[in-house]
Amino acid sequence: MTAHAHTIDAAHAADQGPHDVQESRAFGFWLYILSDLILFSALFATFVVQMRSFAGGPTGKDLFDLGYVAGETLLLLLSSATYGLAVLAMQADRRTQVLRWLGVTFILGLGFILMEIHEFHHLIAEGNGPNRSGFLSAYFTLVGTHGTHVTFGLIWMAVLMLQVSIKGLSEPVQGRLLRLSVFWHFLDIVWIGVFSVVYLLGVMQ
Amino acid sequence: MTQSHSIAGESHGSLRGYATGFVLSLILTAIPFSMVMSGSLSKSAAVSGIFIAAAIQVLVHLHYFLHMDRSSSQRWNLMTFVFTALVMAIFIGGSLWIMIDLHYRMMG
Repeated sequence: MTAHAHTIDAAHAADQGPHDVQESRAFGFWLYILSDLILFSALFATFVVQMRSFAGGPTGKDLFDLGYVAGETLLLLLSSATYGLAVLAMQADRRTQVLRWLGVTFILGLGFILMEIHEFHHLIAEGNGPNRSGFLSAYFTLVGTHGTHVTFGLIWMAVLMLQVSIKGLSEPVQGRLLRLSVFWHFLDIVWIGVFSVVYLLGVMQ
Repeated sequence: MTQSHSIAGESHGSLRGYATGFVLSLILTAIPFSMVMSGSLSKSAAVSGIFIAAAIQVLVHLHYFLHMDRSSSQRWNLMTFVFTALVMAIFIGGSLWIMIDLHYRMMG
């Protein structure tokens, strides 16, 4: 990618300049995503080590409602697909459609976050907060970190919706939309791990 | 399948690609949930079912949503991803190996 950047002639460079910048940024952002994946690995490893440390408290079987988790999963999966539609609309240079699909994605993501906050609130109100047991500490840290990422993704999405409506689909804005798409799909991939390891294995303990 | 190429030189899918990815993910989510919720399978069968469905779904997302492939523009994305997967395997596998062994020696 960068090795032959030194060999291209000036005319070619002028032609490809902004293109290369977006490509470098996409790759830089990809490296960040991978480092974030390692952060989640640490939290998953911690959770699996702590998943039987109930300290006499409730287990996953007592606490988790799989129907509710399936609802959260559906919202996040749908939002991944609708973000894909926003990217397709971006490539077709249809600004209002981009805004519409980003809006749908935002609402689905917000629905996911509100369901998660409701779930956390319910657990803490029942006295099953992160201080109850090692299992619950690891649970809140892992699921909460994922939820925080989704929240920041929503803030980023709101900013980009403003940028699309004010600046239009300029090249930098398109680059940002593509980087947010990687972030958003990545969060859905992490969620596959969360529902499999935390919830599905959790209720079988 | 028509693949459009964006400013970043990578392909970013098609309507059919996103639809396929979505439907496959839906199926691969429904399978483990129904296995656990019905409670009809043995524990070891259910655990392996969960992990197999999750692994396939991760591949589905990487292919249909993140458009990872072996094209030259994707080479560094793929290489760094494979390296990260190695680090993750050492990290998670190593932690579990140490902690399970410790548990065995202290309690067993």
